[in-house]
Amino acid sequence: MKNAVGREIPEEILQATGKEVFHGNHYYDGYEYRKDGPVTRCVIHSGGSKLVDNIHDALVKCGIRDGMTLGFHHHFREGDYVVNMVMEEVHRMGIRDITICASSLGKAHDPIVPYIEDGTITSIESSGVRGKIGEAISNGKLKGLAIMRSHGGRVRAIESGETRVDIAFIGTPTCDDYGNCRGIGGKSNCGVLSYAMVDADYADKVVAITDCLVPFPNFPAHISMTKVDYVVVVDEIGDPKKIATGAAKPTTDMRKLMMADYCTQFVVNTPYFRDGFSYQTGVGGASIASTISLAKIMKERNIRMRFGVGGLTKPMCDLLINGQVDCLLDTQDFDLDAVESVKDLRHFRISAGEYADPFNKGAVVNKLDFVILAALEVDVQFNCNVVVGSDGVITGAQGGHPDTAEGAKCTIVIVPLLQGRIPAICTDVTTVTTPGESIDVVITDYGIAINPRRQDLIEAMRNVDLPFRTIEELRDIAYSIAGEPERVQFGERIVGIIEGRDGTIMDVVRQIQPFAFAQTEGQS
Amino acid sequence: MEIRKPAMAGTLESSDCQVTVEEGNGRIDFSLESSVIHQYGNQIRKVVYETLSDLGVENVRIAIVDKGALDCTIRARVEAAVYRSAGQMDDLPWGGAIR
Repeated sequence: MKNAVGREIPEEILQATGKEVFHGNHYYDGYEYRKDGPVTRCVIHSGGSKLVDNIHDALVKCGIRDGMTLGFHHHFREGDYVVNMVMEEVHRMGIRDITICASSLGKAHDPIVPYIEDGTITSIESSGVRGKIGEAISNGKLKGLAIMRSHGGRVRAIESGETRVDIAFIGTPTCDDYGNCRGIGGKSNCGVLSYAMVDADYADKVVAITDCLVPFPNFPAHISMTKVDYVVVVDEIGDPKKIATGAAKPTTDMRKLMMADYCTQFVVNTPYFRDGFSYQTGVGGASIASTISLAKIMKERNIRMRFGVGGLTKPMCDLLINGQVDCLLDTQDFDLDAVESVKDLRHFRISAGEYADPFNKGAVVNKLDFVILAALEVDVQFNCNVVVGSDGVITGAQGGHPDTAEGAKCTIVIVPLLQGRIPAICTDVTTVTTPGESIDVVITDYGIAINPRRQDLIEAMRNVDLPFRTIEELRDIAYSIAGEPERVQFGERIVGIIEGRDGTIMDVVRQIQPFAFAQTEGQS
Repeated sequence: MEIRKPAMAGTLESSDCQVTVEEGNGRIDFSLESSVIHQYGNQIRKVVYETLSDLGVENVRIAIVDKGALDCTIRARVEAAVYRSAGQMDDLPWGGAIR
């Protein structure tokens, strides 16, 4: 069945998942449902401690068995040790058919690939995967389906009971013996624990894993003891050098600076750029550069930002330090400056649900004026792909891309026209991860295209001196330089689905197959 | 043109390609490794065969490791490898066999 972004979703996948095809962004607006709830084992006796000796004992106490779903967060990013540590023990115990439900997985988790191959792990639900896990999935090694969902979509899946997390493992930089977790302090400071909050609320069993046990009470707790069953102390939960790196040096790449400049010029000429506006941006070179140049214009025109959202980096936290923004709403910290900024009283930690969940009574993304995003590919319908690489292998994450793109009043995607030889603006993206109806503007080094759905923005830019073109013109320029690309050759088997925010199916990902040349006469 | 000795042109930098030519077995043996093989594998093969035909090369083993080079780059690297192999460094036919 064809969905609202024109992708054919096979009947067998709809049956196997019980899901609907994507019907458009607002299909579920006003939908009512009763939230799922966790099985809770009451602790009434006074005193005591929730400490258990090791991960093995925690797994035994939690009743680990075949077929369970285990939850993990990705605040330790490429420095995470928790997923590998837990899965190694699960594997050692001979447990099989595990579903991993992680807020994201990266190259740090390459060591779990053998557990995918031997059937310890048979399903993966994540925002995305990188490295060897992506290769394993795209080569058909995962027995079940990989489900790729946005940060908001993961909260929705858990709250609605579509995904039941049996045991959540929450790596926490500090914790007391009764399970009060904080994202700050300790050796593995990650700032916030936003993505783990839904796990704490909805998983039947919650295990806090820390490498820095502190005296009770570890307050104010980011995750409360009232939700935690057991606490395990290990030597290291992560590699601090890879959890929060030093702030990225502002880019000197002229192409990125030019796109950043286009972006800032566009932003300041929209009707949304006024005192009290709101803003979110990513961590790419051009996004960061545009935040820096925007700050300059805000100062010149005496315009303040009401709130900034993220995924935070130094340039956003600088706005707070310089008094250019009233407050920051934080779901994740990308550098040491952002981690440090968490201590500021105007720097608020929010849960992934508050941030982006489409199935609650209203999330922060709905209040965004601007979001500045990147993409691997954008097609002439403005559909974006942020998950599947040009070789057909799953190699990225949806993150908050679909959530913020839908929520923000002005969604800007910055992308160089060519990524190597690959045209970033194309006729049809390999895989749709964010629907074109969410994308308002695409900024490239060869010009800017406004989505024709946004006649109001086209009107607002009528007398603005920027290189506006249609999205088709941008594609044609890309093809005239690089040649028209052929589509990636996939096999038949479906290895993953791209889920819309509301749980409908946006697209499917198929197993890759080796490239074969077209048959031509007289050539070997 | 005759391929006299093994020769090479190009680099493994992004947006370049490395072309190696060796004496063939009476035909063109073409092999390609490319970061963009799905999108441009057929196009790269077409450009290589056209370039060899322009140069009058019919007996060659040609191997290309491509890092996303544009057609003009691929063409230039193939031409350079072939002329190096023939030992011809001067009097190159600009505008003739080299287009």
